Amino acid sequence: MQVYLPIAEMSVNALLVLGMGGVVGFLSGLFGVGGGFLMTPLLIFIGVPPAVAVGTQANQLVAASVSGVLAHWRRGNVDVKLGVVMLLGGLVGTVVGVWIFGLLQRIGQIDVAITLAYVFFLGGIGSMMLVESSRALIRRRAPTARRGKLHRHIWLHGLPLKMRFQRSKLYISALLPAGIGAVGGMLVAIMGIGGGFMLVPAMIYLLNMPTGLVAGTSLFQIIFTTAMATLLQAATNQTVDVMLALLLLIGGVIGAQFGTKVSGKLRGEQARLLLASLVVAVALKLAWDLVVEPNDVFTITSGSL
Amino acid sequence: MRRVWTARAVGALAGLVVGGTLAATVWAQQLVADLSSHLIAINTGFTGTEVVLFGTTDGAGDVAIVVTGPRGSVTVRRKERIAGIWLNATSVRFEQVPSYYMVATNRPLDQFVSRPVLERHQIGLPQLQLGPREQLSPEELAVFRLALIRNKQRAGLYGITLGQVSFLGERLFRTNIYFPANVPTGLYNVEALLIREGEVVSAQTTPLVVSKVGFSAEIFEFARNQPLAYGVAAVIGAIAAGWLAGAAFRRV
Repeated sequence: MQVYLPIAEMSVNALLVLGMGGVVGFLSGLFGVGGGFLMTPLLIFIGVPPAVAVGTQANQLVAASVSGVLAHWRRGNVDVKLGVVMLLGGLVGTVVGVWIFGLLQRIGQIDVAITLAYVFFLGGIGSMMLVESSRALIRRRAPTARRGKLHRHIWLHGLPLKMRFQRSKLYISALLPAGIGAVGGMLVAIMGIGGGFMLVPAMIYLLNMPTGLVAGTSLFQIIFTTAMATLLQAATNQTVDVMLALLLLIGGVIGAQFGTKVSGKLRGEQARLLLASLVVAVALKLAWDLVVEPNDVFTITSGSL
Repeated sequence: MRRVWTARAVGALAGLVVGGTLAATVWAQQLVADLSSHLIAINTGFTGTEVVLFGTTDGAGDVAIVVTGPRGSVTVRRKERIAGIWLNATSVRFEQVPSYYMVATNRPLDQFVSRPVLERHQIGLPQLQLGPREQLSPEELAVFRLALIRNKQRAGLYGITLGQVSFLGERLFRTNIYFPANVPTGLYNVEALLIREGEVVSAQTTPLVVSKVGFSAEIFEFARNQPLAYGVAAVIGAIAAGWLAGAAFRRV
């Protein structure tokens, strides 16, 4: 069944897009990440212009995170106070990100910039997670593992503006979650992703948050950064295709519900290992595309951009 | 039928007056052509469409059909390997690029028409004027020009081969013009040319409108005219959908 997308100005198979939304939604519910890092490359792959893929993805992520948060909320897995602090940074990051996106578009490097950002962030964070989660799995098998402190202290925890987050049992500088939120906001705007794959490990390793609260809290703040990105992309670049977003979110919200249910059955480090492998695989694929000679070294862009 | 006869009469007269050379369109009734539809409506289920062009001539001769979409600027970028990765390096902007371009004839162009004539009427991809903005060496320019055409062909918007005009008898002709799903909207020109002894003796231009209609047109207009309101609506819709799905699954 073919459906015409009014903003992307192309016709796509509705079932294919629904299926893509469902699979990515499942993973998003499972790991507490938005799944944008998979969806944006997939959309570009089926021929959606990169700018439209990024703008539409932000819109779709609003719905996915709302339905994801609801499930976590019922289980009491959202630290609202910490989420709001992250959000303040996130909104600033989104505005900066949309501005950078426009700049890169004007100088004609947006495609390469998006891919490089993917390789850098996915590759870096993915490999870190991969190493950590496999270590954790091995340690679990060895019963002699030594019990350490509740969490380690590094220089980042010495920053000013300390705040108490009762829900997460943390007493840390507010700048830390706000800074993480700001980077997340920039990623929403530039890469069309919620930034969950970056937020989740940052919250685990930098904030030392309890793992159970991480997914819900990151989704909570992603609702607002993606909403902001949707507004800005629609207003400045007119690259939000609601038709495409609707198809993606129908598949996405259904998939996310199943994912959230399954996530309860997975142990933390198992989930992290799976997510890390997925992230690294995507990064390797994109890195390969950057290095290998393209079929046609010429590309065309219509309009004044 | 009566129209055809009148056309023939006027055409013959025109032929006498200007001696068979290039006739003005008002006189040019040696050729009459029309389209099966003057509007391509892009609705939600649009997957591309075909328009039939049919017409008649006042006698033997060759027919060339040139379909040109609305013109606009296109930037062509060339990737180069810099520090191991492929980056966009050089770019050339062309100002007068047709968004769609297709030519159909009843036999290969070089068999019945000379190059100067092709150039004058911009018939065929090699003769298309694209209006480059940058100052480049002719060789460089040719490479970028070819790249533009190649990319357009890959998108299905420029004809890869000449379309086929088929004659039914000596005077009636027809051809099918295909428009893919990604066809740009706007005003198209469908030009029918009658060629005799290497010269264009008659030409007729028929407009064709490609336009979004119905739901997809409404969305497009909304997004373009009230971008901020559109963004707000998109966010509210997404929140509602997410909430709905969450609530629905709670009951299950």
